[in-house]
Amino acid sequence: MELSHLDRQLLNAAQKNFPLHPQPFKVLSDQLGIAEQEIIERLNILQQNKAISRLGAVFDHQRAGASTLVALAVPEQDIDAVAEAITALDEVNHNYQREHTFNLWFVVNASDQNVVDQVLEHITERFDYPILDLPMVKNYHIDLGFPL
Amino acid sequence: MIDPHSHNEVNEQQLRQILQEGLPLVARPYQHIAQQLSTTEHAVIEKIAELKQRGLIKRFGLVLHHHELGYTANCMVVWNIPDQNIEQIAQQLSQEPPVTLCYQRPRRANWPFNLFCMIHGKERAQVQAQIEALIKKHRLDYPYELLFSTRQFKQRGARYV
Repeated sequence: MELSHLDRQLLNAAQKNFPLHPQPFKVLSDQLGIAEQEIIERLNILQQNKAISRLGAVFDHQRAGASTLVALAVPEQDIDAVAEAITALDEVNHNYQREHTFNLWFVVNASDQNVVDQVLEHITERFDYPILDLPMVKNYHIDLGFPL
Repeated sequence: MIDPHSHNEVNEQQLRQILQEGLPLVARPYQHIAQQLSTTEHAVIEKIAELKQRGLIKRFGLVLHHHELGYTANCMVVWNIPDQNIEQIAQQLSQEPPVTLCYQRPRRANWPFNLFCMIHGKERAQVQAQIEALIKKHRLDYPYELLFSTRQFKQRGARYV
């Protein structure tokens, strides 16, 4: 969707350190000089249009639970069916096709490593394709949101 | 303001579940959560502050869908960086504005790459130019590959609880 100047201001201001105040949109209203009600309405529209996924927390992968990045090398004719089966797994939150022999990339996350291992086992039993299990060794990026 | 009949202990698991799924975009979102958890608005705010303090929450705020905002060119760049150099190079790359994620991951027998950076842009050519500029600026004379995404099948927040 096309963003207005107001949308940009809002999205840039509210991605990090969202106010921990009983009326957080009132705090943003004071910062940006936009009426509280207008901010709430606009954000709801942006969410309906899927520009906003959610207002919430991004957790530290390692402290909050266990996760890994997985890649499969799937023959072109099977990719739709395999992608659908992977997407259907509750423990998968991101699933992308990428330009590479390893063409299906997805993230598995769960409360602990045992569950992640079980999901991987399930996948390798079901699909006999080359697989990469690439858990994070170190995160260098500090997540400050995405400037628009 | 504080209701003496409701206790102010917050069930951390339940709160985390709500925070990973998302808060309602209403005037008093913490009040809304407090009602769900049978606690006070103040206790909810304090608990979120504590989770941030403990480093469990890395970022608290709006999570956007890049794709729907027109950032449809999404490239995962992978490098094979000698182990002794990876720390320094990863630190440098993670500071660069176009880089939205920067992770070290293990090499495998059929996978020689150990550094992963994500770059989002509106057009493929622009993303390619940004990557070339990074390579030049940081003298990244190492094997690498560009894995542009062609289809997005699923994108939502992680569920840990």
